[in-house]
Amino acid sequence: MPTGVPIEFSGLTKTFGQVSAVSNLTFTVEPGQVTGFLGPNGAGKTTSLRMLLGLVRPTSGTATFGGTAYAKLDSPLQTVGASLEAASFHPGRSARNHLAVYAQSAGLPKTAPDAALEKVGLSGYGDRRVGGYSLGMRQRLGLAFALLGDPGVLVLDEPINGLDPEGIKWIRLLLRAMAAEGRTVLISSHLLSEVQQTVDDVIIISHGTLVHRGELSSLDTSDTKQVQVNAEDRDRLATVLTEAGYQVSNLRSGVLVENADAATIGRLAFEAGIPLTGLSQKRTGLEESFLTLVGEEGAL
Amino acid sequence: MSAGYLGAVRSEFTKVRTTRLWWVLLVIMAAYVGLCAGGMAGILGGLGGGANGPVIPDAQLPLLVYSFATSVGYVFPVLFGALAVTSEFRFQSLTPTFLANPRRGVVLGGKATTLLIVGALFGVVALIASIGLGASLLAAFGIDPLLGDPETWAFIGRSVLAMALWSAIGVGLGVLVPSQVAAIVIVLAFTQFVEPLLRLAASFTDWSAQVAQFLPGAASDSLVGASIYTAMSGASAGLDWWQGGLVLVAYAAIATLIGFLTSWRRDVS
Ligand SMILES: Nc1ncnc2c1ncn2[C@@H]1O[C@H](COP(=O)(O)OP(=O)(O)O)[C@@H](O)[C@H]1O
Ligand SMILES: [Mg+2]
Repeated sequence: MPTGVPIEFSGLTKTFGQVSAVSNLTFTVEPGQVTGFLGPNGAGKTTSLRMLLGLVRPTSGTATFGGTAYAKLDSPLQTVGASLEAASFHPGRSARNHLAVYAQSAGLPKTAPDAALEKVGLSGYGDRRVGGYSLGMRQRLGLAFALLGDPGVLVLDEPINGLDPEGIKWIRLLLRAMAAEGRTVLISSHLLSEVQQTVDDVIIISHGTLVHRGELSSLDTSDTKQVQVNAEDRDRLATVLTEAGYQVSNLRSGVLVENADAATIGRLAFEAGIPLTGLSQKRTGLEESFLTLVGEEGAL
Repeated sequence: MSAGYLGAVRSEFTKVRTTRLWWVLLVIMAAYVGLCAGGMAGILGGLGGGANGPVIPDAQLPLLVYSFATSVGYVFPVLFGALAVTSEFRFQSLTPTFLANPRRGVVLGGKATTLLIVGALFGVVALIASIGLGASLLAAFGIDPLLGDPETWAFIGRSVLAMALWSAIGVGLGVLVPSQVAAIVIVLAFTQFVEPLLRLAASFTDWSAQVAQFLPGAASDSLVGASIYTAMSGASAGLDWWQGGLVLVAYAAIATLIGFLTSWRRDVS
């Protein structure tokens, strides 16, 4: 069983002319879990991964697999399996031949292409020309390429994009199983919701810079600013809070107070002699924290 | 256990084999070469011996007819070599290619080697077409097709070598000009118009004729040792066959090297 090595980004930077696509990215991706590499479109995910894979030359910094750059790996496909966003197929070639081309280049056994097709559920479609494949099938073929050498590290750029719900469930289980075997799994996405149920850890970038790094649960921040509160005399409660300088709005089941914490609101109501029937700090969803971190364009 | 250069060659062969282009081009080439060689054998063979016959003696006729394999066929291996490279850029298949083998120089070396061999195959097929039709027609007109002559077989060997080198030149062109459309336009325009016109224009003065020997088509004719062009223009002997071969090698090597240093090493994104 191939085990994963950590992926280490260190000061990774890429500038295209005037455009700073990636700046000074430093983090480590550990084996044994699925790590989500998140950020809105244009954040620099693909560029970072292409630098990691030796396809794009960094302006400065390094990205390695346990200290070894991709281009210096002894047997790259057996160490790292990668699939990148762009469809990189000759449309006139069958899926099996597509995989055979790269298996031969990497010196993999003759059985590797069929084994990889099997793993992604494309066994019955190996002889079809890739040009006729649906987006979902192309995603699976991209994954088959990544699995060709049974690598200990998986690097997948937007692997869920284009999959149907069935496919999403399938890839989720597959990636989790691979991580459980001790492999390193790094997947990118521009939608948190897409990978939320798949990843353990998240790395969030925006405009090419790291904005958050930690366990998925760390995103569910509790330093949220809204309090939901209710009382029999809701109008008086609203007036008191407004006079105290809060911005309030009416909900069906109470009053929503912006930029507040529950303790303060409770005390204000107590001091004004208003019995409360409900008081709670609204927890911001993961998605909302994500959008806060990456700014407006994350909603795109 | 990196597969290295041999793995690259095997992989490139599989790339060639697993799409349709190779046999489509081979069929068109065989038809085109066969038509030209057969037509010429028919015209010259039919006229030969007659009082108003052309200046070409019967003994030179067979090689002239057979040389259509290269003189009109060479555009096919160039085109194929160029497309083998430009399609990698067009379909973004450089990504998996460089993932499977990040040593880009080795990959390009494997591709050039493969295309040399495939170019030789184009040569063999083109000669089968030109000799197959040409020799039977010449024989029908009572002209010795010279198939037992060692010089004919040396000519065949040089023709195969020329076609192999043309394919390698195609690889060089493709990596120098990665845009598929641009590469196709350059191949067709240069081989069909620009070079023939240049060679014609250059033949008017001595010094320009000297320089024109080094044009790729002229060097190829020197290597092969016979062509309709040299026969018609009665041009000077040109380069020795091996010099012509070296000129083609130089074109292929220089284009490939410059292409490697520019487009092949660029960021793949
Ligand atoms: N080859 C390139 N030339 C110029 N700019 C580029 C190139 N590749 C990416 N960029 C720019 O770099 C930024 C990051 O792009 P990308 O890495 O594709 O982001 P993501 O994958 O997160 O959507 C974008 O602003 C994009 O326009
Ligand atoms: Mg991207």
